[in-house]
Amino acid sequence: MFVLVEMVDTVRIPPWQFERKLNDSIAEELNKKLANKLEDAYVFPGDGASHTKEKQPCTCQQSLLMLPAPSPWQLPIYFLALDLPILDILFHFRYVVFHPFLDEILIGKIKGCSPEGVHVSLGFFDDILIPPESLQQPAKFDEAEQVWVWEYETEEGAHDLYMDTGEEIRFRVVDESFVDTSPTGPSSAEATSSSEELPKKEAPYTLVGSISEPGLGLLSWWTSS
Amino acid sequence: MEVKDANSALLSNYEVFQLLTDLKEQRKESGKNKHSSGQQNLNTITYETLKYISKTPCRHQSPEIVREFLTAMKSHKLTKAEKLQLLNHRPMTAVEIQLMVEESEERLTEEQIEALLHTVTSILPAGPEAEQKKNMDDVTMDEEDPA
Repeated sequence: MFVLVEMVDTVRIPPWQFERKLNDSIAEELNKKLANKLEDAYVFPGDGASHTKEKQPCTCQQSLLMLPAPSPWQLPIYFLALDLPILDILFHFRYVVFHPFLDEILIGKIKGCSPEGVHVSLGFFDDILIPPESLQQPAKFDEAEQVWVWEYETEEGAHDLYMDTGEEIRFRVVDESFVDTSPTGPSSAEATSSSEELPKKEAPYTLVGSISEPGLGLLSWWTSS
Repeated sequence: MEVKDANSALLSNYEVFQLLTDLKEQRKESGKNKHSSGQQNLNTITYETLKYISKTPCRHQSPEIVREFLTAMKSHKLTKAEKLQLLNHRPMTAVEIQLMVEESEERLTEEQIEALLHTVTSILPAGPEAEQKKNMDDVTMDEEDPA
């Protein structure tokens, strides 16, 4: 469920960070920007940003400077110097990104149920929904308990299997959606008829899951005692 | 910021586990101010992801085990994504294999599924929860003292 993504970005190192090891400064700046924040996925640094095999002297240069040929495990670094004592570094790096592929099987925990479906969490990623049509059928929503129930049919009649919060659940990733959450300027929030006062915050990256196949759903449904 | 390659490589949970564990060690050793706001997000995501992965079978894997597994998988003719899922999940039942291998009814006979299960469970070490359960079973079933 994790992939490596190659990126290029300009990292600005302010002068008070010049004394530190260069790679540490770069790693910190990139993490500030990207870790746990990137619009389309949660990320954390790969070896390109955090590796340093030797101390890189970090000084203010007045002209374009290129580092000597990097060792095989280092990625190229180019320095751009400005008149101001700030270093702008064009950095080519790789980041580890949470991005499951389509149809991948994942195991998570049920966060809760709502009429929209079953909400699942992986701890580090929360925005997974299994809509009602993708549950094991027939399914019904128990309003009183606010929980989805699989009305499992046996010879003796329907046996209700509850999808309780905290239960481990195996599901298949069937869809993903990326939503641009960048601010678009003063917008008039539409008055909704729902009882919520705050407008619902849309998650930038959400996964849609399905448990409508044998073997999917609560782990407890399929373990043989 | 520019993305050069959005899918440069598929990573196994074990590789990510290794990476994060190393990162955690590095940061502990350098005794950095872990609580600076810039690093807070990194700390959170590292902690939560490690917590998740530590409960999966990758916990006890090693580069040698992964290599052995991939070599053994060669004869089964599975795609990269299928092998990755088997590696990450360590399925123990035929039903799980059928979920992870596309069109398994057409590609694998019952004996092949059994063989695949055997390969998976014999090469890959059990996950932490399965191990715990096994230990509990052993304790209640054995008369002798556990070694």
